[in-house]
Amino acid sequence: MSLAHRIIPCLDTDGDRVVKGVKFVGLRDAGDPVALAARYNAEGADELVVLDIAAARDRRPTFLQTIRRVAAELSIPLTAGGGIRALEDARAVVRAGADKIAVNTAVVARPELISELSREFGAQAVVLAVDAKRKGDHWDVMVRGGRESASLDAIEWARAGVSHGAGEILLTSVDRDGTQCGFDVALTAAISKAVSVPVIASGGAKLPEHFVEIFREGAADAALAASIFHDEVQSIRTLKQFLAANRIEVRLPC
Amino acid sequence: MKVTIIDYGAGNVPSVERALQRLGADTQRTNIADDVAAARALVLPGVGHFAALMRALGTQNIRAALISAIQKGVPYLGICLGLQALFESSEEAPGLKGLGLLSGNVSALPANVKLPHMGWNQIAAKLDSKLLQGIDPAAYFYFAHSYAALRSNGSTIATCCHGTSFAAVVEAQNIFGVQFHPEKSGDAGARVLENFLRIAA
Repeated sequence: MSLAHRIIPCLDTDGDRVVKGVKFVGLRDAGDPVALAARYNAEGADELVVLDIAAARDRRPTFLQTIRRVAAELSIPLTAGGGIRALEDARAVVRAGADKIAVNTAVVARPELISELSREFGAQAVVLAVDAKRKGDHWDVMVRGGRESASLDAIEWARAGVSHGAGEILLTSVDRDGTQCGFDVALTAAISKAVSVPVIASGGAKLPEHFVEIFREGAADAALAASIFHDEVQSIRTLKQFLAANRIEVRLPC
Repeated sequence: MKVTIIDYGAGNVPSVERALQRLGADTQRTNIADDVAAARALVLPGVGHFAALMRALGTQNIRAALISAIQKGVPYLGICLGLQALFESSEEAPGLKGLGLLSGNVSALPANVKLPHMGWNQIAAKLDSKLLQGIDPAAYFYFAHSYAALRSNGSTIATCCHGTSFAAVVEAQNIFGVQFHPEKSGDAGARVLENFLRIAA
């Protein structure tokens, strides 16, 4: 009896549509968020993440409406992120039905926002999204959708984020994202070892073996993927059966 | 069956409400003491800080009405912080009093494991549980917390383990509490809520 390793599908949304890019660029339409959410909930997803990748101010009401419609379909936790720059933005997504708030670019500029969110909603509701890119012998933190370097070391930033009150790290390998070459095991293992909170690995998943590897060698607590689930390359149900057969503890849907 | 959900501003109130409505329950959300006093069944959801909950119950004058309703025998289900609130105090907010309806205290989970205890875990029932009736003993439930009732003096019906054993389900006459989030725990969670509705009917 111990915590199950979580499988988390991610919906990158632009307005009311799900989109997906390769290495953070080249976006294409990947479906209706509400229909995908209902499917993942039924297939045994352990959580759902919805990220507003456009994060444009004028399209905020559409994103909140998407959160509300997605939340209505779920009997599992929902994390929402993208464009959360202030406490008020976070309140709006929580009121719309999100259980957790993912923050990235805004907290690199102002880490105190993590503490403000943690005080208001509890550490369990604050997910620090770290986009990391290999640079020489370390990993650099990237912001603005993976386009700009924040000139921060990813391990140090993850540690700092936790000390500010983040309850979880959503770690994306910018190098692997969209490549379907497997998760970045070295990056994930390094961050997981450095922090005291759960780590969600993201970027590069395709094969069931990639998930076994990230849980076993990457010490990930959860693994996130998008297009392989949207495109039905991988079903959550068969992925979990594969993991269970490889003695990775998972929650099998009934 | 009408269920009164105490809405002190916690984030999970809408999802608890939705989960109960899906099961056919008629729900009322309130932060008014008179509604609590008149309730036929009470649900207290909760996420966040113990102090925020206890202060909100105090400033909204719900505390006394809630204690008196529960003592009169009104079925009560506490979720997450709503379970923790039943005890005398919590290490998360030293000096603040809990509802004191169950003896025991809430403590921090040990720091030798990843915290918060976040994700899907299994529970072990110790005694016959009304809340867990008909639920697969291997079922997983969704937890998200860093504090828990480690010593609950007899009210613990099922335990969970994360660094240490703690109360996952408490039951004492009309008082029920779950440390996990049934509203986020898929079919197994829905069954827990359904069982509570049946008990309260």
